[in-house]
Amino acid sequence: MPTETLTGAQGIIRSLELLGVTDIFGLPGGAILPTYDPLMDSKIIRHILVRHEQGAGHAAEGYAAASGRLGVCIATSGPGATNLVTAIMDAQMDSVPMLAITGQVNSHAIGTDAFQEADIVGITMPITKHSFLVTRSEDIPGIMAAAYELATTGRPGPVLVDVPKDVQNGKFEFSWPPKTDIAGYKPVTVPHGKQIQAAAELILSSEKPMLYVGGGVIRAGASPELARLQELINAPVTTTLMARGAFPDSHPAHLGMPGMHGTVPAVTGLQKADLLITLGARFDDRVTGDVKSFAPGAKVIHVDIDPAEIGKVRHADVPIVGDAKVVIGMLITELTKQMAGKKPDYSSWWEYVNGLKERYPLGYTEEEDGKLAPQYVIERIGAISGPEAIFAAGVGQHQMWSAQFIKYERPNSWLNSGGAGTMGYSVPAAMGAKVAQPDRVVWAIDGDGCFQMTNQELATCTINNIPIKVAIINNSSLGMVRQWQTLFYDKRYSNTDLHTGTDTQMVPDFVKLAEAYGCLAIRVEREEDVDAAIKLALETNDRPVVIDFIVGRDAMVWPMVAAGVSNDAVQYARDARPVWEGDE
Amino acid sequence: MSQHVLSLLVENKPGILTRVAALFARRGYNIESLAVGTTEVDGLSRVTVVVSLDGQPLEQVTKQLNKLINVLKIVELESDASVARDHMLIKVKTDVTTRSQVLEAVTLFRARVIDVVSDAVVIEVTGDSAKCQAFIKVLEPFGIKELVQSGAIAISRGSKSMSEKVLR
Repeated sequence: MPTETLTGAQGIIRSLELLGVTDIFGLPGGAILPTYDPLMDSKIIRHILVRHEQGAGHAAEGYAAASGRLGVCIATSGPGATNLVTAIMDAQMDSVPMLAITGQVNSHAIGTDAFQEADIVGITMPITKHSFLVTRSEDIPGIMAAAYELATTGRPGPVLVDVPKDVQNGKFEFSWPPKTDIAGYKPVTVPHGKQIQAAAELILSSEKPMLYVGGGVIRAGASPELARLQELINAPVTTTLMARGAFPDSHPAHLGMPGMHGTVPAVTGLQKADLLITLGARFDDRVTGDVKSFAPGAKVIHVDIDPAEIGKVRHADVPIVGDAKVVIGMLITELTKQMAGKKPDYSSWWEYVNGLKERYPLGYTEEEDGKLAPQYVIERIGAISGPEAIFAAGVGQHQMWSAQFIKYERPNSWLNSGGAGTMGYSVPAAMGAKVAQPDRVVWAIDGDGCFQMTNQELATCTINNIPIKVAIINNSSLGMVRQWQTLFYDKRYSNTDLHTGTDTQMVPDFVKLAEAYGCLAIRVEREEDVDAAIKLALETNDRPVVIDFIVGRDAMVWPMVAAGVSNDAVQYARDARPVWEGDE
Repeated sequence: MSQHVLSLLVENKPGILTRVAALFARRGYNIESLAVGTTEVDGLSRVTVVVSLDGQPLEQVTKQLNKLINVLKIVELESDASVARDHMLIKVKTDVTTRSQVLEAVTLFRARVIDVVSDAVVIEVTGDSAKCQAFIKVLEPFGIKELVQSGAIAISRGSKSMSEKVLR
């Protein structure tokens, strides 16, 4: 094999190029300086200089979530590396394929409390799929290839590669492809045939099945297979917060999102089902509520690529370890065989489910203070932008409304921080998504609280011509916390007022702030101006756009199941329980 | 509360012990004892963990451990199909009148005296944990000045080797 003498730093860049990486988000510093030098010469890799490393991390996540490709971020040692930690944890919780490269102090200085030294491998051990400390320059190609494989295959996740400065500077003989050494990593993608057979039998003998679809279906790219499976058996579908878009919202079999702020048909459908066909979902506490009373009458088929998810929260009657795309494909074949041309009859189940859909559609009321209804704003953004756009939300009320009131028709169009609930995710994630998918409209739907955590990346967007659109759903408060204070803390609003509304001190004035960042900034306070502002944003592509939507602060997210309570106690609106007459 | 002996075949890489121990800590599993050492194969170490589980299924523990990239194989060593040994060093107070009684206990337990001074002896004992505990009970009346013990190490009975199938 021909070799070439390279420095470790050149080896890092060359490895990334050969792995197909074309975009990196990062910020240089002392310990990563050697790697930034050859990066400048790369004709393949575009480096986007962020304003804060957390932004680089979320941008890499948004890049990955929008495209399905590996997201890459890079930072220096010490604080540079620790600023990535939140995004790494976020990627771990939501199974996002991410590679984080960090500089480290010189090998001989490790352990001496050297300037900008942090044990980032130790810090990130519990929140990465794996992490490497590179000790020899010649190990770089092998470790980079291993990191790529670990991050992108099996259950995807973040991998950290920490490279001391002297290892970046050391010379070695580079050759490609390298030998990778990950003997302990063997993800199972193809399931046991027997389990598929058992699952098909269970589906065909059930009377009230539900397809409970999680983010694994999106990561596996299994939406086409899911659509075929649904068509074959005609069971109702619910898509979790991480799976919005995995199955088209316009499909009549789609009941919407389950869980704490799920639709009544989805929440109640799961409760009344006799079979959960669980695809790449993990029975998260935000979906199950009180686990003991969750879907009490249901048997469970649990499909997941991570064996540790199966049986972790809920016993699986038919456990299936495998890649969702492969498993669903095999399931379709097996079902077709077992059905022998005869479709299962779920008509009385459909009658019940359709009754729920009719009686309890998603909705909202006008704001009593005459301000804009946040749900209306978000609904209009979705409707005018259309299903080809990408929507990245922050965390809180606006996130839930975005999950509820935007109609998703395709996978990878909805990005959010589901497991971690990271405020500040949306602006940098939208930036990353726009870099990955430059031809798509990319919205950051953010709250006034979230926006103040990472809005500095608007500078990155303006300077690098990444024209994202930001909708601030400005209720002048930490809205979700405020909602809980309204409901559970006797309206005692402890530290949730942010003073960003038009009738407050307005610190900051988001329009002025956005203009200072070189964005087109618009403020909208009246319903009749909403559409025009959204359309202007869609027409503006020479710079980022920020729309400050001043909305009512008393709007709440409904339906709701309070934390830790049984899903049977879902409230359609405040103090309004669905009526289950004749249900039992 | 149920106790299990797990044997982990791991790559001998920096941080592996931290990864294993931290996983137990963050998932809320209790480690009763832990022993680590190299094996017959270069580059592979073996970790013997005695874990007590309070309600959690053992399967969850092994599945989570399996997600660690440097862990190659995990087996549960059930007591009837394996042997487990603890190793203990005990410093016991002795004088002219008690020394012979202590030495008698040493003989009964097939332990060994490895250091003697005028007012104390250091005893080494190996055995399963029940034997070691019984030995401690016998010595206690004389006055135990110091006690150190290894975690349990365990191996399966029969001719099969844990590393056989792992190595390609």
